[in-house]
Amino acid sequence: MRELIIVGGGPAGMTAAVYAARKRIDTLLLSKDIGGQPNLTAGIENYMGYQYIEGFELMQKFEEQVRQFPLEQKIGQEAVALSRLDAGFEVRTDNGERYQAKAVIIATGKRPRPLNVPGEEQLRGRGVTYCAVCDGPLFAGEKVAVIGGGNSALEAADDMVKIAEHVYLVSLTPFSGDQILIDRVKDASHLTVFLEHGVVVIEGSSRVEGIAIRDLKSGEEKRLEVGGVFVEIGLIPDSELAKGLVNLNRLGEIEVDCACETGVPGLYAAGDVTDVPEKQIVVAAGEGAKAALQAHKYLQRL
Amino acid sequence: MSAKEVKVYSTPECPWCRRVKKFLEDNGIAYQDFNVAEDSAAREDMINKSQQLAVPTILVDDEIIVGFNEALLKEKLGL
Repeated sequence: MRELIIVGGGPAGMTAAVYAARKRIDTLLLSKDIGGQPNLTAGIENYMGYQYIEGFELMQKFEEQVRQFPLEQKIGQEAVALSRLDAGFEVRTDNGERYQAKAVIIATGKRPRPLNVPGEEQLRGRGVTYCAVCDGPLFAGEKVAVIGGGNSALEAADDMVKIAEHVYLVSLTPFSGDQILIDRVKDASHLTVFLEHGVVVIEGSSRVEGIAIRDLKSGEEKRLEVGGVFVEIGLIPDSELAKGLVNLNRLGEIEVDCACETGVPGLYAAGDVTDVPEKQIVVAAGEGAKAALQAHKYLQRL
Repeated sequence: MSAKEVKVYSTPECPWCRRVKKFLEDNGIAYQDFNVAEDSAAREDMINKSQQLAVPTILVDDEIIVGFNEALLKEKLGL
């Protein structure tokens, strides 16, 4: 049985991997991807050592640093279940592989929050997108809906106004993003704002053809003809794996103490998937380091 | 090993597209890159072949991969 499995390849998981490798812990780094959320962040000005660096580039540097060490990596496999064994844990992946280890660090981070409305899942990749910066240009000249009222929704709307025929910006709440973005978006032509409106359904067979939205106050429903739906309503912790094993808070984050302990001996969690305040790269990296060092102490005690 | 024909359909700002291209370059795989933000013929081609509106879409010979999936890419490329 291995000593340690680190699940997740973002800042927390990769930092944990470096710390574990330096302690010569027999470690497997298991992740659906490398880089995590910073891959989608344009410019970073608050990661120490770099006055300015793109998220993608910073994560490449993290990855290079991990690769300096003889560390087993399985990238492209998503951990879907975690269970306790007599002497440790077993992680099961989406392709049916099983890996066992005496200790586990969960560093799975967060993923885009889905709308959870009919049509969304079937039309994912067929007009429904969670990466405006990636897929936005595919909808040039079309009518699109951006869902959300925070900074990422406002930024997506601001980008799409430049290339789409028309943008509908639909938010359940009043705008919560930065005023500078709100000002930029609210005066744009080709843009209609629907505040305090919810999405009821996404329609279409092989492609998105429209959405239905409902006015939360009056209950009145409207249909908007759109070819693209940009879902930008925040993130949820990727903690399903640990459900039933550890305590989750009301946001679904794994509750940890200041030593990254989950309450289950040998099971640690680090980074954005936890209830540690402040979701920042520098914080996640620090938490990953702590988790690996704690796991090291635990393994030595066994 | 006979070289497979690899096409990458991408957009300029898309981080996952860059990861795919870097992965291919790191592994010495030659590929054709189509910027579907500009090239509408390539965009139509991508949609017809994959039935998807998402980038990156990668075509390895006749096989379609949507998104950056390192394990699947390795399998299809025989790495």
